[in-house]
Amino acid sequence: MFDAIFGHFNYAVVIFLMMTGLYVVFASGNLIKRLVGLSVFQTSVFLLYITISKVAGGQPPIVVESKGGDHAMMDGVVQVAAASPVATHGASHVPDVIYSNPLPHVLILTAIVVGVATLAIGLALTVRIREVYGTIEKVEIEALDYKFNLEGTAD
Amino acid sequence: MDILSLVPDWLAVHGSALTVVLPLIMAAVLAVMPSERLAWLIALVVAITCAICGFVLVAQVFGGNQITYSMGGWDPPHGIGYVIDGLSAPILLLISSMAVICLFYAWPSVKVEVEPKKRAPFYAAFLVCFAGLLGMVATGDAFNVFVFLEVSSISTYVLVGMGASRDRRALTASFNYLILGSIGATFFVIGLGFLYMETGTLNMADMARIMSDLDGGSRVAQIGFAFIVIGLGLKLAMFPLHMWLPDAYAHSPSFVTAFLASTATKAALYLLLRFTFTVFDFDFSYVGPVVLLFLAGFGLVGMVLASLQAIFQTDARRALAYSSVAQVGYMLLGIGLGTAAGLSAGYIHLLNHAIIKGGLFIALGAFWYRFGITRITDFAGLGKTMPWSMAAFTISALSLIGVPFTAGFVSKVNLVVAAWESQFYWAIAVIVIVSVMAIIYIGNMLRHAYFGQPPIVNGEIVTKNEAPLIMLIPMWILALASIAIGTNADIISQLSDQAAAVLLPLSGGGGL
Repeated sequence: MFDAIFGHFNYAVVIFLMMTGLYVVFASGNLIKRLVGLSVFQTSVFLLYITISKVAGGQPPIVVESKGGDHAMMDGVVQVAAASPVATHGASHVPDVIYSNPLPHVLILTAIVVGVATLAIGLALTVRIREVYGTIEKVEIEALDYKFNLEGTAD
Repeated sequence: MDILSLVPDWLAVHGSALTVVLPLIMAAVLAVMPSERLAWLIALVVAITCAICGFVLVAQVFGGNQITYSMGGWDPPHGIGYVIDGLSAPILLLISSMAVICLFYAWPSVKVEVEPKKRAPFYAAFLVCFAGLLGMVATGDAFNVFVFLEVSSISTYVLVGMGASRDRRALTASFNYLILGSIGATFFVIGLGFLYMETGTLNMADMARIMSDLDGGSRVAQIGFAFIVIGLGLKLAMFPLHMWLPDAYAHSPSFVTAFLASTATKAALYLLLRFTFTVFDFDFSYVGPVVLLFLAGFGLVGMVLASLQAIFQTDARRALAYSSVAQVGYMLLGIGLGTAAGLSAGYIHLLNHAIIKGGLFIALGAFWYRFGITRITDFAGLGKTMPWSMAAFTISALSLIGVPFTAGFVSKVNLVVAAWESQFYWAIAVIVIVSVMAIIYIGNMLRHAYFGQPPIVNGEIVTKNEAPLIMLIPMWILALASIAIGTNADIISQLSDQAAAVLLPLSGGGGL
């Protein structure tokens, strides 16, 4: 039981964060809190990707000069797609340094940008909602909309 | 084909990249454009260029060809490859031609619905959304799909929120869409993470190869599949995950609604097809049951319940939005059958529904433009006050029901035949029942429009006040397209058969 948790400590953290984030999104009535929950949820995915790219004992994936003046290669254990086209002209070269897989890191860099953009739009919308409705509580907004629906047409 | 000999070389070679990159670049230009007139014109030119590219691509892949374009000269699987085949090319053409048609309509519509200083950025956001949708469909790289999915989604939240100047509920609708859309996209990217764990590649063709070598892979791949289906299900408004859609469609600017209703869910549906049948395979032990029980099952439930909700709506846009959820159910049913005939029927309905719903929402926008109405009861007398718009609306509406000689009839007949072949007799019963329900909610609108009397405003009966020509043309193009497909469905069924052949390459019919 403890082995399962501590042996996969990162995954346990990922699942915990993921569920926390999702719970906050659905359980909270405050728009800002929902966005915070969404961010936590998205961040857990970043952690998941970073975890799968980590190779035990691996160095940061930075190209260094090796003895022959050739670039050091990725370890064979690491996935093919991550090895980059460099691997093709140095295929005979036996790697002597183990690297973490750089590809998921790069992917997550993109995903972080996406997350920031989403959060920015979400906060901007919240500001507008606050201006128009005077509240950022879901329940109060729904009550206002309900009244609005009863009183007039859609425009 | 002879058309191809007229196409310049650069377009034939780089068309697949151009169609995605051009709107993306021009969006940046539009964002700083001071003049709304110029912004609209540029957006229109870009959309027309993309439509031409889409047409060329359809012609190029006609007959089962496939185009692979290596972005930046980096060959797949290491680089990002764009793959255009019989499945993706028609959707590219659909998205870009719907963009052209909707943009014509946008000119008067945006003027009344969006604040003046926001109009040029509005078109910029539209182009970003457009580029994102095209990118989702064109790319052959799984993570690239996620990036374009988010590009289109984030700009869609902005576009929906722009409806705030005519209806403040657009803001909350946009916010809810943002929350659910982000959760969907994040689920999708979690699924991709699991797929990457299993296969070690992000290229879809490579993934498919490795997955079939592994014969479906381990539980990791199964979990990845589950996450991807749920994530895309949120994006395409599969029945229990559709809650963002009615609000977003009902409150956003009518131009945005017309464009989204005809493209956004379709692109997500394309991805579902691509992942379920190409990356994964229908023959994997866990894919078949999920597709059958989950997609077809929820499709059927969604058809009935969403149509039921549509009947009880008082707002016409909201009723049609619920009807969109129901129509997605038809497509999912076709996909869920898992046979070539079923896929082909689902694909036909995908194309037809885009044309039908585009026409309906454009007509609804015209009603709002002239009289500021969206409630069904306010439709009274529209048959007299806006005869041409109402006629176009009626044709598209009949097509939605599935009256013979319209596009809706073609897709429903195909779907019924496919269900018959798979011996899903009860599914046929559901299709018929849901069509009857469509008659109820569409009939209600038409009854008010044709049998109601024009309202009396300030002591005078409202007289004829037809929509401007630039609005009438797009809605009539779509209405006539619907009739054209209904009377001669050869081309569209050929296209969808090709798409089905891409999805089920080996057998004539996958079968269960």
